[in-house]
Amino acid sequence: MKLRPDLAIIADAVPPASRVLDVGCGDGELMAALQSKGVDTRGLEIDPDNVTAAIARGQSVVQGDANRDLADYPDDAFDYAILSQTLQTTERPDRVVDELLRIAPRAFVSFPNFAHWRIRLALLWGGRMPVTRLLPVAWYETPNIHHVTVSDFRDLVRAKGIKVERVWHLSGDRPASDAAASWRAEHAIFLISR
Amino acid sequence: MASLLHDIQHHSVTIAAPLPLDSGQVLGSVTIAYQSYGALNPDKSNAVLICHALTGDQYVASDHPATGKPGWWARMVGPGKPIDTDRFHVICANVLGSCMGTSGPASPDAATGAPLGMAFPVITITDMVRAQAMLLDHLGISRLHAVVGGSMGGMQTLAWAATYPDRLASALVIASAARHSAQNIAFHEVGRQAIMADPDWQDGQYYGSARAPTKGLAVARMAAHITYLSEEGLTEKFGRRLQARDIKSFGFDADFQVESYLRHQGLAFTDRFDANAYLYITRAMDYFDLADPHDGRLAGAFAAAKDVRFTLVSFDTDWLYPTSESRRVVQALQSVGAAASFVELSAPFGHDSFLLDVPALDRLVAGSLRTGLA
Repeated sequence: MKLRPDLAIIADAVPPASRVLDVGCGDGELMAALQSKGVDTRGLEIDPDNVTAAIARGQSVVQGDANRDLADYPDDAFDYAILSQTLQTTERPDRVVDELLRIAPRAFVSFPNFAHWRIRLALLWGGRMPVTRLLPVAWYETPNIHHVTVSDFRDLVRAKGIKVERVWHLSGDRPASDAAASWRAEHAIFLISR
Repeated sequence: MASLLHDIQHHSVTIAAPLPLDSGQVLGSVTIAYQSYGALNPDKSNAVLICHALTGDQYVASDHPATGKPGWWARMVGPGKPIDTDRFHVICANVLGSCMGTSGPASPDAATGAPLGMAFPVITITDMVRAQAMLLDHLGISRLHAVVGGSMGGMQTLAWAATYPDRLASALVIASAARHSAQNIAFHEVGRQAIMADPDWQDGQYYGSARAPTKGLAVARMAAHITYLSEEGLTEKFGRRLQARDIKSFGFDADFQVESYLRHQGLAFTDRFDANAYLYITRAMDYFDLADPHDGRLAGAFAAAKDVRFTLVSFDTDWLYPTSESRRVVQALQSVGAAASFVELSAPFGHDSFLLDVPALDRLVAGSLRTGLA
């Protein structure tokens, strides 16, 4: 099975033989890809059906909530923490980022960029909260309670003194250039470190 | 009834080595009754030990010799089942202190030949596990692919990981806990007092007499049985429906279906269980607290078990061993860096869910056992 493009980028960037916690790991798709290259993986996932599916395929996954249960992991338990497409659903994204970099020295954080031109136009011309391919749910029922842009995230990590090691931008399923990424990236993946 | 129970022949071994107990006492030798299913592979790497619950037995996937009913986990264990006996060599031993052929209070005193009764030493969950390890030594199995258990079986599984971390690759703990709560102990004490208040108990020396404390044991079972079900399950199954009558009797017959059901459960239990064994095993469960030898730090119990793969499962309607107790174990495992999986499954049957039809549990058990298999 083909990995989602953002997951494929992360799977490619994690070095073999490292220890990884995948926060919001779903049914363990990324973990399986990482494991096949010798990465020691653990997962945290809120949905019990997903947890059951991941455990049934041999993954070590704990049912839990990223808002609360990251506190149970000791400092430096992992080399990398991964939070893909989940940051914008958390109650306090800033605290979640702190937790990720407490558990591991490096973290991959991916999120849909709310400043993509299509979203800007929808808001500018339509005057309504945008519904897009990556944000497909209407405002009143969306789990995305903290919309964030590429520039917002850069501001957050700068304020926290967190280093940005690398950034990937995606438009559709293809890489987008870093130039004017704030407008043109539908989706961003940050590799950050303490 | 008790004499019939004790007349059954079980497959067993007697190991003539001393078994030192947590109490400080020593059993001079120990008899362990067990069943096994599926072939042991040449390098003896496919053995799975199943640990049974309080009133369970070694007949996990074979008909019960006293009741004729199918094995208590026949839906889970067998060829092509989640614990696949075409693939695994499955061993299930009757726990120490029980009444299905393993050493317990009905065993004879070595000197006099008379049943020990209350002279049998008080045992713990870890003592049960030590006896199982002696059985495995006898069978020449040094390392288990997995230890699996629900309820008290899950406590033994956790005790296995704490006591012999090098002897198991994975631990599957279902509807269980790393300690008995005050509420758990309280319910057990009601059961024990019911048995000991029965005049036929005779201070535990009823084996030679024509009387056994079946009334007390039945009441103990009735009280315990309530704790195995959810309120929702009881309501759905019985509601306030009357039993074989249209109007209340204004007496103390079993007017309600739930009363009739519990009376039947209590009475049927006395055909297959020994009252003293019930006292000893409930005591062992009440004494269980894996954190106790580590100044209350549960992580201390698993300090050497970080290479064991753990899978824990709880059920949302289980109020006897609730999800919070499984989470406590998971937190301790995470703090020592052990590979731990945990999920709370939704099932309507309360604590008994681990024995019943919960398809997600089947998938989990099959999946977690497949992992790490050559």
